[in-house]
Amino acid sequence: MAEGRVVGIDLGTTNSLVAYMEGDKPVVIPGVDGSNLVPSVVALDPIPAEGGRPTVTVGNSARKSLIETPERVIYSVKRLMGRDLSEVQSELKLFPFRLADDVEAGEVPRIQLGELRFTAPEISAYILRQLKRNAERFFGAPVTQAVITVPAYFNDAQRQATKDAGRMAGLEVLRLVNEPTAAALAYGLDRANVGTIAVYDLGGGTFDISILKLRDGIFEVQSTNGDTHLGGDDIDNLLLAIALDEIHAEHGVDLRAHPSAVQAVRKSAIEAKIRLSTEAAAHFDIELPNGDRYQREIPREVFEQLIEPVLDRTVGPCKQALTDAGLTPEQIDAVVLVGGSTRIPAVSQLVDDLFHLAARGKKPYIELNPDEVVALGAAVQADILAGASKTTDEMLLLDVTPLSLGIEALGGTVARIIQRNSTIPASATEHFTTGVDGQTNVAIHVVQGERELAADCRSLARFDLKGIPPMSAGLPRIEVKFLIDADGILQVSAREQRSGQAAKIEVKPTYGLTDEQVESMILDSFDHAEEDFAKRLLIEARNEAETILSAVERAPESPAWAQLTGEEQAAISAARDRLASVKLGEDAPAIRNATLALDQATRRFAELMMEAAVTTAIRGKTMDAADEDLGDELTAPHPMAPAEFK
Amino acid sequence: MLKVIDSAVPIACWSCSVAHNDATLFCPHCSKIQPPTGGDYFSVFGIEPRLDLDLNALESEFHRLSRKLHPDRFARAGENEKQWSLADTALLNDAYRTLKDPITRTEYLLKLRGAEIAELHAGKDRKGQDDPSRVPADLLEEVFDLNMQLEEMRMARQAEETDVVLEASLTEAKKKFDGLLNAVNKDLRAQWKVWDEGDATARQAAQSTMVKLLDRRRYLSNLVRDVTETLGA
Repeated sequence: MAEGRVVGIDLGTTNSLVAYMEGDKPVVIPGVDGSNLVPSVVALDPIPAEGGRPTVTVGNSARKSLIETPERVIYSVKRLMGRDLSEVQSELKLFPFRLADDVEAGEVPRIQLGELRFTAPEISAYILRQLKRNAERFFGAPVTQAVITVPAYFNDAQRQATKDAGRMAGLEVLRLVNEPTAAALAYGLDRANVGTIAVYDLGGGTFDISILKLRDGIFEVQSTNGDTHLGGDDIDNLLLAIALDEIHAEHGVDLRAHPSAVQAVRKSAIEAKIRLSTEAAAHFDIELPNGDRYQREIPREVFEQLIEPVLDRTVGPCKQALTDAGLTPEQIDAVVLVGGSTRIPAVSQLVDDLFHLAARGKKPYIELNPDEVVALGAAVQADILAGASKTTDEMLLLDVTPLSLGIEALGGTVARIIQRNSTIPASATEHFTTGVDGQTNVAIHVVQGERELAADCRSLARFDLKGIPPMSAGLPRIEVKFLIDADGILQVSAREQRSGQAAKIEVKPTYGLTDEQVESMILDSFDHAEEDFAKRLLIEARNEAETILSAVERAPESPAWAQLTGEEQAAISAARDRLASVKLGEDAPAIRNATLALDQATRRFAELMMEAAVTTAIRGKTMDAADEDLGDELTAPHPMAPAEFK
Repeated sequence: MLKVIDSAVPIACWSCSVAHNDATLFCPHCSKIQPPTGGDYFSVFGIEPRLDLDLNALESEFHRLSRKLHPDRFARAGENEKQWSLADTALLNDAYRTLKDPITRTEYLLKLRGAEIAELHAGKDRKGQDDPSRVPADLLEEVFDLNMQLEEMRMARQAEETDVVLEASLTEAKKKFDGLLNAVNKDLRAQWKVWDEGDATARQAAQSTMVKLLDRRRYLSNLVRDVTETLGA
């Protein structure tokens, strides 16, 4: 059994991160570009001229293709995870997902990307593989086991899809952890906390609220609620719709017909949203294809009015979670804010009102970076699972199932067998019998949700209990055991008690990939081979070296170069020459070290360029133009950039 | 030849082969987790069936056992141990959930003793609420009046009218039924004591009293829920 490191992964709608425990502290592992956040964007490169399968890029580099070749790029794929064709229709209106149109009902939808098609778990697998590689590059050793976080309110199919993605990426998913619970773990690590806390998690595409009781290292979730289709994306879409409508009305251009133009406006909308968290107003300034300019100022009050309906949708789940936990707002000792969208001042105000914080002299907890806290918590859980760690030895997470599990009864009603907010693993045993003499099959329909009618709940699976010995109607007694495991995923087993015969069950998930399908989608199965691994490390080290070398090559052209002292310039040249020579060898760690040394030597230069760029940005240029001034490689991630675009 | 460690049926540990009591979760010799043995919810906590429980002690024991049994402790163990930990923890969670709530605990114990208890499935509850045969005889008239008022209230709500008199009357009724509910809870608690401390005959009597009380309680709490929902709508 592989006993390597277990990493913690936050597979987010907008950004994804990988983290690990460094001693007694969780730490995010940066990517090649130095950024902790890997945008959850996947692009299919053009098919190489010499033929063959095109390569896939992930993250910041994929994001660059978004405006040039939007038909080859996908983002926010998490919204499609574990959902069938009928469920994704509403998303299609808001997101430029291009689904293959010949998919049959019940099949997993496939997304058209350039000339190829992918399922949502496959796209997610590419993101996971990137994170895995970032971690392997960081450790210089293979990584095969991970904890992956999911929204607490994810249903069975969405969880299964996430696990499938992990497997496709060559990762053994030791546990799925709910995002708000992970955040609580990260917060709970350094305090001997006893009390009741609420975690309000508004991310790019999902909203969760969880209420936990902390005692002696045990994190016991009392209740959870949420909305798996509510987040910063919705706010972006509101701003985007306004801009597109106004452009249409004022300039007579319908940009909706031009995907790249829509992406450019979307980018501006996101920038405006981010600015409005710290400034009183933000403005759009977009050049239209016909040469006109669309300019628009959005004061914060207007923005807050606009997003109120979106934020209000978080109120109901919060109240329900309190009711389910049997608590009043005053009984919540602390509220933790998680997710980039909680940087919006109106959100913390809403949380303050909901939990009567200011009135009690309290403030929401925001000490940990809301973009990173989930990944940090995942790393803590990874450490717990790996075992034998003093830091997390006494910690244990007891989570709950967010949705009730039921069976369709006569008349299409739901008989609930496991109530929502039950601590998992949880189980229920039900007995079934036959209605007709000699009947050998019984069909069972399992659903998830809170509605009274099965048709209104999420269909999880249809089971056929087969091979029941022929008996008079009502005589067979088939015991079916339903078990929700620690990942929140359902397992079923059955046996006929009267004959002592184990009834054969055929599990047909209503939605999802079969084992064989997942197997066939596993990305580059050679991933595990040591030799390939070493080769890949070398290639990656050389690529990194190449990137920084070419940036340094262009450095003297920048006005910032002249601001450096002669000594600084000489140090850069020396580090550059050293890297250039080491790069010719086969020693990946040596190349990496030389790359780091050059990176170190050019730090002040990068800062000077950054300052110049910020000045330019203030003069009214977009951050994108600033990006270009900086050169892509040396750009430090903008510290307040939770969304798609810096 | 197996050495009997305890009075229960001895079985050999799958890992170290030393014999042990079949009801134990972990091998006393090598500490490895053992295949689940089943048993009722009380035995999970190592207690005799009883109704008056020390909830703090129950919680502490729940946490202690969770630390030992939870699948998180077996993430890198063999497939069998993983499955056993999963089954044991599911049973532990189900047991704790059932026993920590006084009503589900009572229902569970009565079922364990062979009593017929109405199914708890939400969604099934509401139907039959209007079935006159289920209405406790002493409440027949009041329930009839209340249902009329509830209907009126719903209609008023639909027409977006406010009927202050009706609202006050319903609030009054809610208070009354809340009071009745509390009385039932108190009666139940009294029966717990009888059951916990009584002999076989006393227990039998307490059981049938509690079955009736639970029926009445379920009816009342549904009523209170309906009124609360209608008022709060």
